[in-house]
Amino acid sequence: MQKKTWLIIALLLVIPGLLFTVGCQKKAVSQAKAPAPAPAPVEQEPAPKPVEKPPSGWNISQNNIYFEFDKSTLTPMAQDTLMRHAAWLRENPNATVTIEGHADERGTNEYNLALGESRALAAKNYLVSLGVSASRLSVISYGEEKPAAMGSNEEAWAKNRRAEFKAVK
Amino acid sequence: MRRRIKLYILIMSVTLLGPSLSWAEYDVIDITKPFLRKIPLAVPLFKNAVGSGEEEQSSQEAAEFLSDSLDFTGYFKLLDRGAFLFDPETNGVTETDLNFQNWTVVGAELLVTGYYRLNGDDISIELRLFDTFKARRVLGKKYTGKVANQRDIILRFCTEVIKYLTGGEGIFGSEIAFVSNGTGNKEIYISAFDGYNPRRLTTNNAITLFPAWSSDGKWLAFTSYKAGNPDLYIRDLAKAQESKVSKQGINITPAWAPGKFELAATLSFSGDQEIYLLTGSGKIIKRLTKSRGIDVTPTWSPDGKKIAFVSNRSGNAQIYIKDLATGRVNRLTYEGQKNTQPSWSPRGDKIAYTSQMDGEHHIFTIGTDGQNPVQLTYEPRDNESPSWSPDGSLIVFSSDREGPNRIYVMTAFGTDQRRLLVLAGEQTNPKWSMNHQNN
Repeated sequence: MQKKTWLIIALLLVIPGLLFTVGCQKKAVSQAKAPAPAPAPVEQEPAPKPVEKPPSGWNISQNNIYFEFDKSTLTPMAQDTLMRHAAWLRENPNATVTIEGHADERGTNEYNLALGESRALAAKNYLVSLGVSASRLSVISYGEEKPAAMGSNEEAWAKNRRAEFKAVK
Repeated sequence: MRRRIKLYILIMSVTLLGPSLSWAEYDVIDITKPFLRKIPLAVPLFKNAVGSGEEEQSSQEAAEFLSDSLDFTGYFKLLDRGAFLFDPETNGVTETDLNFQNWTVVGAELLVTGYYRLNGDDISIELRLFDTFKARRVLGKKYTGKVANQRDIILRFCTEVIKYLTGGEGIFGSEIAFVSNGTGNKEIYISAFDGYNPRRLTTNNAITLFPAWSSDGKWLAFTSYKAGNPDLYIRDLAKAQESKVSKQGINITPAWAPGKFELAATLSFSGDQEIYLLTGSGKIIKRLTKSRGIDVTPTWSPDGKKIAFVSNRSGNAQIYIKDLATGRVNRLTYEGQKNTQPSWSPRGDKIAYTSQMDGEHHIFTIGTDGQNPVQLTYEPRDNESPSWSPDGSLIVFSSDREGPNRIYVMTAFGTDQRRLLVLAGEQTNPKWSMNHQNN
């Protein structure tokens, strides 16, 4: 029984996270409506497996996540990184984290400020779905104003489409 | 305000006696015409009353500034002084003294003459506009004031010329706000319409973006990170006092409702970016958009009944128009992957915007019915942030065509593209005010 309750709670936590992953938005919503009574859909859409322990020496501030052009969807690699971040946050229960959302220089700066925020919010919601308390996570967007890499090429752009994690222990 | 009253006192203008025609009798410039024929205009040096070297220099500056200011509008073809059959020192400047054939033969259709007197700090300038083919004076004004106000005097006469030719107030009472990072931080600056006298408005020592003028020019709203978060500030320019909208999330892209102490802006405190209507002191009146995802950069129709804005509700950034009375939302742009930064023309009929194409950004205009998108810029690489002059005849924008981002101006049809000013650092996010300076 306890396990079942946990599954439902996990499902409820996952749904808001999925809402922000634009690519599969519709699918997530339709699944959310159907499955509540039966446990089967949970197996179809497995909740992210919490990583028990972060890799030793894991530094949340040095592990950014990266996005595709004009997207705030979390890539599988970004999800993987976020799972380690969640594990690190469990190991460091007093730490709080500011998630900074950024965009590359393409697109105009008003839109990119909004896009950076959408990216940071997607990361935040995913961490919350992994059990991190929302009160430990704050979000700020810098849009295209603080590039990590200079240059007008795909290599620089890819480095700039990111979310950074600034931890305070 | 005090400065304006002072100007009224310092600059006296008198309409010179004699016949004067109303603008309705002239073939007025129709600034809605896409391929406007420029009117050949002659502005010879002024005739000087005293003849001192000091007077001559000041007088020449006045004539050249008058010529440059009228040239700035894009309506005129300024004729080369070297071709003139005219010596201001020996020839007279009134219709009885002028030989109009000397002007028609060099192709001038309009002629401005000046009679200039410098006496200590005081100047008096008689300025006349002639229709050379009809051999008639159509405007005549005498201004007296301090030499320090020479720029304002000349611009007042230029406004009279534009009013005579177009029936509108022109642009000479307007200013341009923009962002510059010359200090190492993005801060807001303000210059005159022509880039004259750029000065820093904010000293936030933090990223400061998106200036927005109220219609009366008394208020400037902007976003700044000076308290850490991207908050919205609404500044009383005369008193240098600010109110602040500092909700959780982003507080960005303000746009004042025409003629009102209200503004639209994007706030994301709900966890989703939406456009809200705020009072001029920053209190929320109501939410204007309701759509999951990005909704930013509102711009008002001149009648205040609609807003255009950017949304990614279709999957990528496109421009939409919302009718505030009916609540109906229509998508405006379909061509291009990403269309942002809408700016509604003060004439009401067109919206300028930035379109991303093949790794570059270019400025377009489109009818408010979604018809006839026209590309105005072609120079690589990024041409962004279009903003209309108060009469809808010109567009200011930023471009990196010469390397760093700088501010440029072009006509509403994309012609006469020129750089407005050179400052240290890069300049972006220009916003053209309505006419609020008294010239």
